[in-house]
Order: sequence, then structure tokens, then C-alpha cells
Amino acid sequence: MSSNRTQELQDRIRAAVNNKSMLQIVGGNSKHFYGNTTSQSAKSEVLETRIHQGVVSYEPSELVITARAGTPLKEIEVLLAENNQMLPFEPPHYGEHATLGGAIATGLSGSRRPFTGSARDFVLGVRIISGKGEVMSFGGQVMKNVAGYDVSRLMVGALGTLGLLLEVSIKVLPRPQQEITQCIAVSRQEALKTMQTLNQSSQPLSALAYEGEKLYVRLSGAASAVTSAQKEVGGETLIHADNFWQQLNEQSHPFFESDKPLWRLSVPYVAEIDSNEQPFIDWAGALYWLHSDKSTEEIQQLASEQGGAATLFKTPDQKQERFAPLQAKIKQLHVNLKMRFDPYGILNFGRLYSDL
Amino acid sequence: MTSATKANRESLRKQLHQVLPKTSILETEEETHPYECDGLTAYQQKPWIVVLPETIEQVQNILILCYNEGVPVVARGAGTGLSGGALPLANGVLLSLAKFNSILNINPANRSAVVQPGVRNLAISQAAEEFNLYYAPDPSSQIACTIGGNVAENAGGVHCLKYGLTVHNILQLKIVTMDGELISIGSQALDTPGYDLLALMTGSEGMLGVIVEVTVKLLPRPEQAQVILAAFDNVVKAGEAVGAIIAEGIIPAGLEMMDNPAIRAAEDYAHADYPVDAEAILLCELDGSHEEVNEQITLVENLLTKKGAVSLRTSCNEAERLKIWLGRKSAFPAVGRISPDYYCMDGTIPRKQLPFILKKISELSAEYGLLVANVFHAGDGNLHPLILYDANIKGELERTEEFGGKILELCVEAGGTITGEHGVGKEKIDQMCVQFKSLELQIFHDIKHSFDPQELLNPGKAVPSLHRCAELGGMHVHDGLLSHPELERF
Repeated sequence: MSSNRTQELQDRIRAAVNNKSMLQIVGGNSKHFYGNTTSQSAKSEVLETRIHQGVVSYEPSELVITARAGTPLKEIEVLLAENNQMLPFEPPHYGEHATLGGAIATGLSGSRRPFTGSARDFVLGVRIISGKGEVMSFGGQVMKNVAGYDVSRLMVGALGTLGLLLEVSIKVLPRPQQEITQCIAVSRQEALKTMQTLNQSSQPLSALAYEGEKLYVRLSGAASAVTSAQKEVGGETLIHADNFWQQLNEQSHPFFESDKPLWRLSVPYVAEIDSNEQPFIDWAGALYWLHSDKSTEEIQQLASEQGGAATLFKTPDQKQERFAPLQAKIKQLHVNLKMRFDPYGILNFGRLYSDL
Repeated sequence: MTSATKANRESLRKQLHQVLPKTSILETEEETHPYECDGLTAYQQKPWIVVLPETIEQVQNILILCYNEGVPVVARGAGTGLSGGALPLANGVLLSLAKFNSILNINPANRSAVVQPGVRNLAISQAAEEFNLYYAPDPSSQIACTIGGNVAENAGGVHCLKYGLTVHNILQLKIVTMDGELISIGSQALDTPGYDLLALMTGSEGMLGVIVEVTVKLLPRPEQAQVILAAFDNVVKAGEAVGAIIAEGIIPAGLEMMDNPAIRAAEDYAHADYPVDAEAILLCELDGSHEEVNEQITLVENLLTKKGAVSLRTSCNEAERLKIWLGRKSAFPAVGRISPDYYCMDGTIPRKQLPFILKKISELSAEYGLLVANVFHAGDGNLHPLILYDANIKGELERTEEFGGKILELCVEAGGTITGEHGVGKEKIDQMCVQFKSLELQIFHDIKHSFDPQELLNPGKAVPSLHRCAELGGMHVHDGLLSHPELERF
């Protein structure tokens, strides 16, 4: 079944090479808003990956799952939960049909990221089809593997511009024995200071966020450790904490109800973002969500002067470049790599940067 | 590949003297001798010339000059690598980063440190200690190996099951490309726009650029760490106990295994009170808050007993903990004492394949008449079989290499890889042909050319030419299938 589907996808890419057409890769179509809007010309076709789905292998005691890229994220999370495990990077779904391939191609990570790692941190191996229609495998199913360049992690966040993901192997982790969230009413300044202090402590943290004059501290681990940390951290214990983190991760929290463009600023923990707009701060101070009408230049400057970068996450304006500009030499390396993986510019051309 | 002539080198020599002080250039036989090999002493080659720049600008100048003359360059940190990655070239420049040895900045609030590539791994943790922070990856050579080399090899260590490899613990690199341009890869933030070039650079073995600055992530020191030493009368039982700990939902900070020959060698050397009659020992370290560690220690002790451990010893204080680790961390030099030479392998396998691999290794050991001591990062499936041999006996090195090659091929067959943390370098270049198909190797060459089109950085390492693989094809017939069938044989 699967090898037929691989063949089908490979044939589509080869046909696109021959016809000089472009392919827009679509999984669950839950993250279509992310990245640049690509051209909807006559020469552009949709390539559906959901036909290529299913878990290939999963052995809980090896802490590794391998699944086809079109597998629904939900299916993987349910399977892992049955075995008391989880995807440690808490990928956002943004829709019920989200796929594993989409999670890896966008490389987005949830609130747990500063404490356990990001999507790319947990990718162990990939099987891809290049823009020339060639099937290749990199990495594997083992934790440590330094044979060859790390092409697996290069695919994470590349938005499908370097290859069509067929299969991904991911390291998984046990679910924490206990998880609770403490909520403390403080000013933004105070919250940032507390986040920094906690972030340098050995408390069993799994998320630090701030919104609406409240600091949210999630603690995960052995029950005894969580209970002891709970006393130390103080504040009130949040009821229905899972809902809160889910709403933040899935952007269903009331904060995200706005008509203004949504910006995502990835910055150092110590950043001081001076903005009139009230942000939602995640990642212990290293991620800011902002609704703002300010110009792209102004927002990019807010982030870059702090050593970070801003992404225009959601906007009605279809023409804007979404990601921060790259330094000339770095851009050249991007173009060189694109030329090697996808020389005919077939795969998601323009989605990451308009010339890639 | 380079076509530099003697005239190019003569011209380059003159120009190097113009951009570097006399003390930064080593040319005589006596001066270049210490650079003839890295930690893999089986391969030796004196470099044509050694340069020791002190500033980034000097590195840029050196690379521009080499680029213009078409002379290849091999970068080198402390030279502790175990795969010949820093093996010099007879016609090339050896670029030592030893003088880049300053810690530039420790930023506790950002949990990061900016360091020069020649800073020793352990020195970072020592400098961060006053902030109660540390740098997690801890290769056994951490007292000597440098962070630049760690990044180039994506070094691991005994704690990477829980804390990850180098690639998980760095934020930003400054590199100089072969044409002399200084660029920044990654950032001081967690996410950086564009392709993940930071991942591509990590473990690229000096093939893509020269690392001149590294920003590492620092972690808070755990409140408590304790290690359990469990002895088993059977290697397979010890292997099963590893799986049982993970299945219990515990991720130990370190989970190491040694077999009897390794235990005996380590005990003779380090006097760590290891049970020398045991067939295998497991070292299981748990760290975290006091409550968490206390809870998990009891849990793991019970589990190990249930899984057939014949004796258990748990460290009660830091001195005891360090003593137990001393044996493991000195396993390589300890084996070096009982044999004139040893050859360290570095395959990784899915953990469940451990009994299969150990059985095969012991069969091969009998077949080749060469003893093996096994040291094993059991938690993440990374094997270090140490093959004992005597280089003075004619043909023994060659037999050892053949034996080692077979172990690596077994690792691939078992679903693993030829190198978990030591890198391919010069050593495992032929086994790359077993692990990868031509298409994949071609992409590796394509990546190399994206950064270094003239192939001047560390040529001949890490990725074999397709022709090399085709020539070796006869050696690697699996399931009756010839590797790289599309290539001509000669």
C-alpha cells in the first residue's frame, strides 16, 4: 500500500518536472496561512499527502515512533498517550486534520519547548522525495547518529521547499507523572523577572507564560517534586490548566481574537520588547505574540534590536514576505541548497522566501 | 578537488608570512610533528604547514589566501577526535584554533555562554559554576576536547539520553566560509528564520566552514544526582534491565553498561571498587530535585533487583558518585594499559538489538583472534567495542580494521548507524557506502558544494566519493544486492 503511494507521489513530482509545473504540498491544510502565499497560477497544482499515512513502527521502550507524513497528528498523539508517552515539543495543530508532515515542515513547537526541546530537536530521521523525484533516507531511528550531514533536521521548518516528507522518525518521551499550573497575578516587569529567576532554577518547569497581568507556571514531573515546587512557586493552582495551555498552543485563547495582523517574535530570554500592544509571552520570555498594525520594518526592528527575529504569522495581506530577511551570504547558501534539492523549483516555491 | 601546485604553495607560504606573525606559523619537521594525527593514532600524516591564528580576521585572511591558491585546509581543535577528522594533508594547511581559548561572555539570565572554539568543554561548566549553571554534553575527553571540535563532530557523552547532543545544546555559531566571509548561523533566540543551517553545521566535520565562535546553552545544575551501580551475571539480563527502566517512564541522566573485560581494566586503572567478577555492570544516574531523585532511586533499585541484578551500590554523596563515574570515564585509557593498542568503534543500534550485536561481536572476536572490551552508552544504544591489538604485529592493524568494519556493518544491518558520536572522518569513510545509497551520498556532496564548491575544506573526509564506493562494492554485497549498481566497476 505505502510503496504504491510513494510511487504515486514520486510520479507526480516527476510529471511536474516534465511539465514545468509547480506543486503546492498540502497535508491537513491546517497551516495553510503560515508562510508566504504562493502563486495560484495555472501551472500550480496541489499535491495531497494525506494519502500517504499510517504509523510504520512504534516501540515504546525504544522511545521512537516512525510514521508516514500524512498521518494525522491526533492519531499519533492518541497512540502515544495509550502508552503513557508524548510528542515532547507539543506541536500546535491549528485544525483537526493536522498531519505529522505539516508539524515537521513548519517546525513549530509549543510551550514546553524551552524545557524539553523543539520539533527539530526530536527528529531522528526522514525519508523524502527531492524535487528531482528521488527517494532518499537520512538519519534513522536511533538517538545518536552522526553519519553524514544532518539532512533530517534541515527539513524541519523548511516548509517543504527542499523535499516532500514521506516518513519521519521522532524521539518521544514519557508523559510526566504529574502536571499542575500555578497562576500568579503580577505586572509584566515582575513576571519577566520571575521567569528569568525560575528559568535559572532547577524547578521541574514545563512552561512559563504571561498574559493579562498573570504569570502561568507549569510544573511537570514526579508527584513529590511537583508538590514541593508548587509551594516554592506560590500563587493559585489553575483549574482546567490543560485547557489554558491548549488554548494558547492552538490560538483559541481570547487573546488571539483580533483583526490586526499577528506577529510572532522569537527573542532571547532576556529581551525587553518595548511595545504598546499587550503581548502574550511564552517560552519563559523568549516568544512574544503581538497583534499590531505597525509596519513590518518597525516590528522586525523591535525583534532584531533584541537579537531575535519576527514572523508575520497571520495577516490578510497576501503579498507580504512573512519571514525576517536573511543576510546576503546566508541567503546565498539557502539558494544553493534549494538548487541542489529542488533544481526546478517545483516544491512549495516561494512559501518560505519568495525566491526559494 | 584541489589542483594546487608546488608553486601555489610557495606563493601561499610567502603570503601567510605577510598576514601572520612568525610565531603563528610552524613549518619545520620538528614543529609540525605534534600535528601528524588526532585521537585516532593509527593514521598519521605530517601537514605541509601549521598556522595558529589569534583573531577572526587572521582566519579570514588565511582562508582567502588558501582559496585563491587552491590549497586545502584542515581545521583542528584539541585533536582528541577518534575518527581521523583532523588528520592533516601532506599538501595542505593545518589550521589550529588552539589560540581561540577565551570565554567571551556568560549570560546567566539568557542561560547561555559565548565562547571561542578552542575553549575546553569542561572549562565552560567550570566557568558557569558560580551561576549554578553548566554545559550538558560531556564527552569522556571533556577535560581536553574543545567546543569547536565538539560542534564539528556533534559530540555526545554519558548524559545525552536526557540532555541531548551538541546539536541540542548550542544557539549560535560564527563561522568563516572558505572564501573568507564571516557569517552568523542560528541566533541568541530559540528560533531563527530560514533553513536550519545550525543543524547542518553541527557534525559537519570541518567540511562546510571554520567555526570561530560558539554560543552554548547552559542548564541549571540539578539539585541532586545519584548513581546506582548494578552488577549482573549475564550481559543480556543487563541489557533487558535498561529497557525496563525506560519502560517505567524514567529517563535517567546517564545509563551506561560495561562488560567484564572493560570492568576489569577500569578497576585496575581507577580503583572504583567495581565488582570484577560481574559479567556486566550498569551505571544508572538519576538527577533532578531531591524529592524526584529520592523517589526514582528507590524505584530503579527495585526494578534492577527484579531484573536480576546480583548486587547494587548507590552513591550516598558526591565523592562516591564521582568515584563510580571515574571508572567509566577512564575506560579507554584503562583498556590502553592492558593492550599495546586498541581500536574504538562507535556504532549505534536500536536498544533491543543489543543481545544480537553482542553475540555477533563475540563470534567475530573468536574468528579474528582479537579480544574485545565493550563499553556501551546503553540508554541511547551507542556501542563502543574496544578491539585490543598490537600494531607491532604485522597485519594485526589491518585485521582489526576489517573486524571493526564488520561490527559497523552489523550495526547498519540491525537498523542502526556506523557512528553515534565520533564522526566518520577518515576512518569510517568506507562504511558510509554501506549505510547510504548513491543518491544520498550525492546530496551530501551537493551540500558540501553549496558551502565549499572547490572542496578545499577537509577534503577526503566524512563523505566518500561515489567511485570509491563503487570500487568497494564487492565487499558489501547484502542479500545478493550489489551497492551502487549504477556505477562502473574498475
